[in-house]
Amino acid sequence: MEAFLDFFFGEFLVTGQPLIYGAMVSIALGSITVIAVLTYFKAWGWLWREYITSVDHKKIGIMYIIAAIVMFVRGGIDAMMMRIQTSLPGMTFLDSQHYNEIFTTHGTIMIIFMAMPFLIGLMNFAVPLQIGARDVAFPFFNNLSFWSFAFGLALFNISFIIGGSPDAGWTNYAPMAGAELNPGPAINYYLLGLQLSGIGTLGTGINFIVTILKMRAPGITMMRLPIFTWSTLITALIIVFAFPILTVALALMTLDRIFGAKLFTLAGEGMPMMWANLFWLWGHPEVYIVILPAFGIFSEVISTFARKQLFGYKAMVYAMVIIALLSFLVWVHHFFTMGAGGGVNSFFSITTMLIAVPTGVKIFNWLGTMYRGRITFETPMLWALAFIPNFVIGGVTGVMLAMAAADYQYHNTYFLVAHFHYVLIAGTVFGCFSGLIFWYPKMFGHKLNEKLGKIFFWLFMIGFNVCFLPMYFLGFAGMPRRTYTIEPEWMPLSLTATAGAFMMAAGFAVFVYSIYYSFRYAERETQGDSWGVGRTLDWATATPIPFYNFATLPEFDSKDAYVGMKDKGETTYDKSKVEEIHMPSNSGLPFFMMLALFIASFGLVWEWFWMAIPGLIMFFIVMGIRSFDYNEGFHVSTKEIHEIEQAARGEDSK
Amino acid sequence: MSAHTEATTGPMEYRTQEGRMNILGFWIFLGAEIALFATIFATYAVMIGRTADAPPPQELFSLPITLLMTFLLLTSSFTCGIAINEMRRGSKNGLLLWMGMTLVLGLGFLGLEIYEFEHLVHEGASISSAAYWSAFFTLTGTHGLHVTVGLGWGILLLIQLYQRGITPRTASKFFIFGLYWHFLDVVWIFVYTVVYLLGMVG
Ligand code: HEM
Ligand SMILES: [Cu+2]
Repeated sequence: MEAFLDFFFGEFLVTGQPLIYGAMVSIALGSITVIAVLTYFKAWGWLWREYITSVDHKKIGIMYIIAAIVMFVRGGIDAMMMRIQTSLPGMTFLDSQHYNEIFTTHGTIMIIFMAMPFLIGLMNFAVPLQIGARDVAFPFFNNLSFWSFAFGLALFNISFIIGGSPDAGWTNYAPMAGAELNPGPAINYYLLGLQLSGIGTLGTGINFIVTILKMRAPGITMMRLPIFTWSTLITALIIVFAFPILTVALALMTLDRIFGAKLFTLAGEGMPMMWANLFWLWGHPEVYIVILPAFGIFSEVISTFARKQLFGYKAMVYAMVIIALLSFLVWVHHFFTMGAGGGVNSFFSITTMLIAVPTGVKIFNWLGTMYRGRITFETPMLWALAFIPNFVIGGVTGVMLAMAAADYQYHNTYFLVAHFHYVLIAGTVFGCFSGLIFWYPKMFGHKLNEKLGKIFFWLFMIGFNVCFLPMYFLGFAGMPRRTYTIEPEWMPLSLTATAGAFMMAAGFAVFVYSIYYSFRYAERETQGDSWGVGRTLDWATATPIPFYNFATLPEFDSKDAYVGMKDKGETTYDKSKVEEIHMPSNSGLPFFMMLALFIASFGLVWEWFWMAIPGLIMFFIVMGIRSFDYNEGFHVSTKEIHEIEQAARGEDSK
Repeated sequence: MSAHTEATTGPMEYRTQEGRMNILGFWIFLGAEIALFATIFATYAVMIGRTADAPPPQELFSLPITLLMTFLLLTSSFTCGIAINEMRRGSKNGLLLWMGMTLVLGLGFLGLEIYEFEHLVHEGASISSAAYWSAFFTLTGTHGLHVTVGLGWGILLLIQLYQRGITPRTASKFFIFGLYWHFLDVVWIFVYTVVYLLGMVG
């Protein structure tokens, strides 16, 4: 018993940190509140039926987005703590170990559990609508993907109260992350959390490729696809070829740490550099996975609010294809200084700079789309407009980093930190905000308040520049990244950066408030084309969107399908053409399948095989049950369709 | 998805939209599997020669066993092809028989692989003895794990076939299983050449 208590309070729970006690208390209070509210409103059954087991791409998309926003808050709190610690010399807010853990969880969470799921959520919501489909190709697997992501997220996030957070950076380099230098469960959380959520990402990739290739409405040819859908297709292709590399890399390090393999170790002639290579072979394509969909969103938003067809559609598509191919050929630029020869560095230097070319093409296409457009400045458009100059700063400094010889000067400094935040925030995060505000009325039946949205935009956008622009200069001044304490000469700029971070946090708080405010007071949408200028099929549906999306669809003969429909006076409800609709049934199996893998992974994290093996067996049992599940879905009768459509369109049902 | 996309001619597994999508989805999954194995092969290639204090592969690999393994797996791929052919002919018993044979051959392969692993470990080459051997066991083990999953999957399918006969749903499942099985065969040919044949000449 005593041994157990020793283990429980000595190793299992993270103790001795006031910040973590605070976190534990707030997590406990938060969970109790959620459970109490759900119980009070008798909402458990509703939650289970309508969301947890849902195969509806719209609901799955919304669940992804909610999880991503929660993770943005978690990652954001990490960021604020780092900025506080590095605002003044001699700060003792965080010690060095705690700082290491926090930049690791911040980076990992922001990329894997915030940026990617946010975009996947928007894809889930919008892509089937844009191509005129009733759901994705594999709705069951879509739910499975979500739960794989959600349980991966849970596994990664519990580390900081149970067992301790990973602390080897989001890049998790060997040998520092190996078992000799880093014993204990922390790094295992990283490995298994990412492994678990990676299954879902791969599933999403496959799902969207098949959906886009096979489920387009008649007349929506490949070269008439909305550009966000194109960007999703290309992203999905990158996922399918890049994620297996991560799967392998994580598995190999798991073998090293838990089963004594010698792949990335110093002993037994292992090769730590192999980890760096594998990680970035996945890692660079990964950054395109989180930027291409954002490009797609900006393209939609810009052409919508400029009221013009996208300029250079074909060039946009080819540019994305080229970016996708090149993204697999640049990985060494992440470690120019780690021992590759001059020839190798030159090669990767050039391929990296080449990527700037298609990216530049896209920038000119956006400018060309706006040229002579009748632009209005709704909040989604503001984010898209802010994206262009800010992203260009990030892109140009990226080309600076691509010059291998010069990189020796500023690699591993705040110059790099500034660069990747300029592309990740001005690109991905602005894109997520833009897309969320853009599609919000279709998701929830009301817009977000525009005035609060503008306050949010200006605070966040200016704060972002105040925070990250000084970091370029801090980098030139020699401030290394991942340093927990600063020299006095860096203080003015570093303090400025912290002030900027607080501005961003304030902006985000306004956003959160605007969700509540708009829920209470915003006007309810009565028609489908929320902004009045929609161009693609997502705006052709009624609001709220019927669960089967489209009752009927006309035959299309041009791009920007909904523009054509509006010209011809067509809708997605042609009374004479309504037929029975076949829809897939919900299923609780994915939840249990992934719960089983969660248990197995948690067991592996602690090297408890008595827990890991039953978890795995449970997983295979649920898989077997699924194999025998011949559920054929259900049919929606024409009568029901007429009722739903007429109610949504405010017509009397006769 | 809806009724009017169903065909009444052509191979059963392609008749419904769902069947066609499942097959395309599985092809893409195999694309991901290729990326997965390619990464492991690359790791293996990098680790060649890094045996530290453990014995090198030339001293341990045995030609007869691995040749027999190759023979069993290649034959099982052949019988699997015949099984799909029987399915197309609409012969439930033919499908049962040939698919059963495929699984038995697969089981034989797996048995030999386990025997081979034991032999290696006995000779002092285990996953933890050196970088090379870690990569070796990862590569062959991943392939073996795929075969094991395939065996379990095949058994489940045979039960379903017994219960339901050949329908568009079961046909689609068997066809996809066939793709998977042939894929494992192709991977094995690479494993055999790159790991065993090259490993034996040292
Ligand atoms: C919201 C405002 C944000 C602030 C104030 C912020 C701040 C920081 C700081 C201070 C660091 C660590 C610097 C160091 O000590 O090396 C950092 C690292 C990092 N951030 Fe952010 N960040 C923010 C948002 C984001 C977002 C949205 C992403 C990704 C989508 C992101 C991705 C990363 C990554 C990948 C690292 C590197 C972690 C590592 O070194 O392992 N950050 N951030
Ligand atoms: Cu890169």
